[in-house]
Amino acid sequence: MSKKLLLDKINVPGIKSFEVYRREGGYKSVEKALQMQPNDIVEEVKKSGLRGRGGAGFPTGMKWSFLAKPEGVARYLVCNADESEPGTFKDRYLMEFIPHLLIEGMIASSFALGSDVSYIYIRGEYDWVADILDEAIDEARKNGFIGNNILGSGFNFELYVHRGAGAYICGEETALLESLEGKRGLPRIKPPFPAVKGLWGCPTVVNNVETICAVVPIINDGGEAYSKIGIGRSTGTKLISACGNINKPGVYEIDMTISVEEFIYSDEYCGGIANGKKLKACIPGGSSVPILPANLLLKTAKGETRMMNYESLADGGFVTGSMMGSGGFIVLDEDQCVVKNTLTLARFYHHESCGQCSPCREGTGWMEKVLNKIDSGKGEMKDIDLLWDIQRRIEGNTICPLGDAAAWPVAAAIRHFRDEFEWHVLNPEECLKRNYGLAHYAEPLIPKGELV
Amino acid sequence: MDQNNNNNEQPTTPFRGFGGEQLKQVDELIKRYPQGKQKSAILPILHIAQQQNAGWLDVAAMDYVASLLHLQPIEVYEVATFYSMLNTKPVGKYVFEVCQTGPCMINGSDDIIEYIEKKLTIKRGQTTPDGLFTLKVVECLGACGYAPMMQLGKTYREHLTKEKVDQIIEECISKAAANN
Repeated sequence: MSKKLLLDKINVPGIKSFEVYRREGGYKSVEKALQMQPNDIVEEVKKSGLRGRGGAGFPTGMKWSFLAKPEGVARYLVCNADESEPGTFKDRYLMEFIPHLLIEGMIASSFALGSDVSYIYIRGEYDWVADILDEAIDEARKNGFIGNNILGSGFNFELYVHRGAGAYICGEETALLESLEGKRGLPRIKPPFPAVKGLWGCPTVVNNVETICAVVPIINDGGEAYSKIGIGRSTGTKLISACGNINKPGVYEIDMTISVEEFIYSDEYCGGIANGKKLKACIPGGSSVPILPANLLLKTAKGETRMMNYESLADGGFVTGSMMGSGGFIVLDEDQCVVKNTLTLARFYHHESCGQCSPCREGTGWMEKVLNKIDSGKGEMKDIDLLWDIQRRIEGNTICPLGDAAAWPVAAAIRHFRDEFEWHVLNPEECLKRNYGLAHYAEPLIPKGELV
Repeated sequence: MDQNNNNNEQPTTPFRGFGGEQLKQVDELIKRYPQGKQKSAILPILHIAQQQNAGWLDVAAMDYVASLLHLQPIEVYEVATFYSMLNTKPVGKYVFEVCQTGPCMINGSDDIIEYIEKKLTIKRGQTTPDGLFTLKVVECLGACGYAPMMQLGKTYREHLTKEKVDQIIEECISKAAANN
């Protein structure tokens, strides 16, 4: 049983209310933080080894310490609740069922960073969740945790929920800030980074919901205690939202010491593949990370057991590994078609491209067209190479990582499932009637020379 | 093809501006941002305008929001056309926004979309002639563990089956009848 830091109280009846949340020990981190020096809180977060839970995994303490502090200029903390990466629904779970945890984290983190007014930018579709947060903020205000002179500390603080209106790109932090300023969500060229020039030109930290929630146990128990959970540079706990063809889709908190195999097959987590089917492939960290066939998912190319942590999931780089990403864990069974799945992801990124950079704007649409052609039995062999070529020309050539996010799933699908693409081309009629199946993807790895 | 959509940009009832309650809401929203940064309130206010204007934003509604925030109309148009939840064309009373991205697709969202098309005899992107339903296919709504799913107004309808779709359609029809 993994240690739980964020979800340990989620099943307590009435935990959504301030009263129950407080009775269960809630808001203690705010009381403690207000007694501390803001910089000491930043130090605790550094010590904890906490890494950004939105997908990039950048050390949170370091991000905080980059925040510029010019005299007389406001600083802002903005919570990124624009959860939109396909496969990811963990932040919604936190906000919907234990909203005060985020509010508590926002107050304590804002004090640490010197932000008197902070914002939670939530995706527009989570309309009812925004209402839940608004209510929690009201309760916190009525109980003296938001407003002027919180608990007699002299800290004045306001917190607002800001609803987006449907745009995946606003999960990119500079696009999010543009959107919060009332503009189209077009990512900014970095540098300057938000830590220097962010919201309305002021120094700003943007953190994911889960990251902010993790600050609560870090303040309560100290950074060192947090850093002792997990393994290596994967400290603390991580929420994984599991979906696809599994028996028990849902949000799970793991301490990053369990294996991928245990996560998929144990009853405590995914409960195995649904309908007695076999595992074919998995996208372990949200749609943009490389898809892995079953054999590379459960064991690394070196034959070691693959674990559910940042380092192990990335073992082998993009050639034979993937990424922890946002923790959106998408499982595909033997009946799934990798070409079709890749097509839906390419279509997603095409739809969500903001259109600023030509490689992404044109390339994502082009990939969708070529994938559609192959999926509908009209593909040619050269289309597979063309796809490879397009994705390669998008990656690294755009202002923001959406281009990479669109390129990676296509690259990984071709890298590991090229025979399935070729089968579509060679069997234009059959591919419309049946799927390629499990093929050899679940067989033990046979060294097959150099991988691309 | 939006052949069933009324594309003449004229809502059935013209946009009349906000009432007192909504104007109070607007004031409160503007106060959330520093002085001079009232443009930040544009999305929350467009959400209110769209709700009042039968689910979409016509030019009159967008111009009105521009005047409330002391912005040029183009600043509102460019925002309204960027975000997928803001409709700049008329929609039905009930908008079914069915997710079609990977995790929903592998759980059968294609069948659900086809079923709704058949049942309502419209294609994706279209509105029923009686103006009651619009079928929109959308990209990931963050409910992948509860797939297939759709958004209907403020709520998510998850674990969709054909039977559930039938129920939802019935529910909308009786709600509409009760309101008339």
